[in-house]
Amino acid sequence: MDGFVFPNEQHVTWTVMIVLYPYITGLVAGAFIVSSLYHVFGFKNLRPIARFSLVSSFAFLLFAAVPLLNHLGRPERAANIMITPNFHSAMSGFGFVYTTYIVIVFLEIWFMYRPDFTLHWEKSRGLVRAMFYLLLLGDTRHTPEALAVDRKMVKILAGIGIPVACVLHGYVGFLFGSIKANPWWSTPLMFIIFIFSAIVSGIAVLIFLYQFVKWLKKIPYSQETLETMARFLWGFMIIAVVLELMEVLSLAYEQTEEWAVLKSLLLGKLYWTYVVLQLLVCSVVPFFLLSFACLVRLPTKLFNGLVFASSVLLLCQVLLMRWNVVVGGQLLSKSYRGFTSYLPGIFEKEGLLVAALIFIVPFLLLRQFDKVFPFFEQPGRERA
Amino acid sequence: MPSPEELVKLEWGYIVDTTRCIGCGSCVRACKLENDVPDRYFRTWVERYEIGRDETVHVDSPNGALESFKSDRLADASAVKAFFVPKLCNHCRNSACTQVCPVGASFHSPDGVVLIDKQRCMGCGYCVQACPYACRYIDHAKGTADKCTLCYHRIHRGLPPACVQACPRQARLYGNLADPDSPIRRVLHERRYYLLKPDMGTNPKCYYLGLDLEVK
Repeated sequence: MDGFVFPNEQHVTWTVMIVLYPYITGLVAGAFIVSSLYHVFGFKNLRPIARFSLVSSFAFLLFAAVPLLNHLGRPERAANIMITPNFHSAMSGFGFVYTTYIVIVFLEIWFMYRPDFTLHWEKSRGLVRAMFYLLLLGDTRHTPEALAVDRKMVKILAGIGIPVACVLHGYVGFLFGSIKANPWWSTPLMFIIFIFSAIVSGIAVLIFLYQFVKWLKKIPYSQETLETMARFLWGFMIIAVVLELMEVLSLAYEQTEEWAVLKSLLLGKLYWTYVVLQLLVCSVVPFFLLSFACLVRLPTKLFNGLVFASSVLLLCQVLLMRWNVVVGGQLLSKSYRGFTSYLPGIFEKEGLLVAALIFIVPFLLLRQFDKVFPFFEQPGRERA
Repeated sequence: MPSPEELVKLEWGYIVDTTRCIGCGSCVRACKLENDVPDRYFRTWVERYEIGRDETVHVDSPNGALESFKSDRLADASAVKAFFVPKLCNHCRNSACTQVCPVGASFHSPDGVVLIDKQRCMGCGYCVQACPYACRYIDHAKGTADKCTLCYHRIHRGLPPACVQACPRQARLYGNLADPDSPIRRVLHERRYYLLKPDMGTNPKCYYLGLDLEVK
């Protein structure tokens, strides 16, 4: 503890769980938007990853609320957010936005996989066939008309899903940005920053997984897909980082009373996580790597390596950004006269081990899903 | 307990006279005992301010002043001004904590006290973040948010809040702001007062007499 903090501020209320929550929802929203870039905006180069990105979004979505539940003092009352919502509170929208989004993504996946389910239904026998029949809700048609309806529904749902994904994550940013008591959070830019950083993390995790899975299964890359994703990552990371810097720059330029203490926060408690790691290592380095990869014609292996390294660094950048916002804001005392400290434990209820487990489970789920319904086309076997 | 009709005619308010506080910590101890406040958290606490010749400001509140102020910093010759400031929930009319509570567990009582419905609170901590005065905390034993209730259980029996009763210097005063002839109203009519962080727009009902600009 440095300086004077109010006695009730000696303990950080929002732990690493609340760092993880916006990180996971960011991956959800970002991965969904990549999928929509193909389905809605017609970026054909992203076709090989469209299905994977949507299922990834769903897998992360299933676990996005888990850190919150683990954090709540009375998790058995979590449903109160929908039973007795206080609509004056931004947080009361959580249940409704989350539920809407999960329904949209679930339906989109269902329509996307319906043609596959009909083929599995035709081939299978006995109990498995009955299960697929149930999964298809009795609609086993595989006619061109039925497939056209499926495609149309996917497109419509993807279109509706974009604003909902932005609301889902923008709302998380708004939760922080609307807290006037905290000068490090209170900025209207916060929800825009959160949306763009979400897109960056979503594209980055897909690039990472795409290259990793392809390498693991020894399947050749779709180089065009990777190049398109790299360009999107480059563009969105520039917007996200510029917005983050603009926020700090405007605070510094205004030279308000708050800036004096925020400056001490950034150059003190957050020096390593914000200045060194988030800005210098995980923003500037991937910017140059991606600029080099996208502007200079490079050998394929080198290009792929640079993009992979950039995606890993940007995944860390967004995680650090979440840490610096959530934890950083709480280190600053509302007395504006000091800072408290926070270091998460490893084995405690809201510690690093539990956080790592919650984060890893969606990846394991994706692996199991891939075994049943492969995401990527095998060489020589085109998907219908 | 007053009837619902009588309740809406009341508006509880609070005055802290910083010129009278001697930093003995009796209020903090009384509050802890009365309300079973968990260790290392506070519904009320006392801060000590020392301002030097060169305008440097030193503030402390060791363990909320539960054991008063042991160290003798006041003997420091460079300090030209020193005073104590008791703090508690400001029971704001436009409270940020009740606004952000997603389940409606934090609410205004009809007589103007900000309370928490412990049966409904899910312990998300959003109100803790939203309070500009750091008056709230999560009671980990109960898993819910907690704060000063103005000793609601006492004031409706005609008893003063524990902190008011314990103060040996009458630095704390509570009363009905809706009554123009109440002692608290009379003080506000006669004395100059200040509010904490008025720029937050929370419109507090806790008024401070003799406050210095340095106090946040």
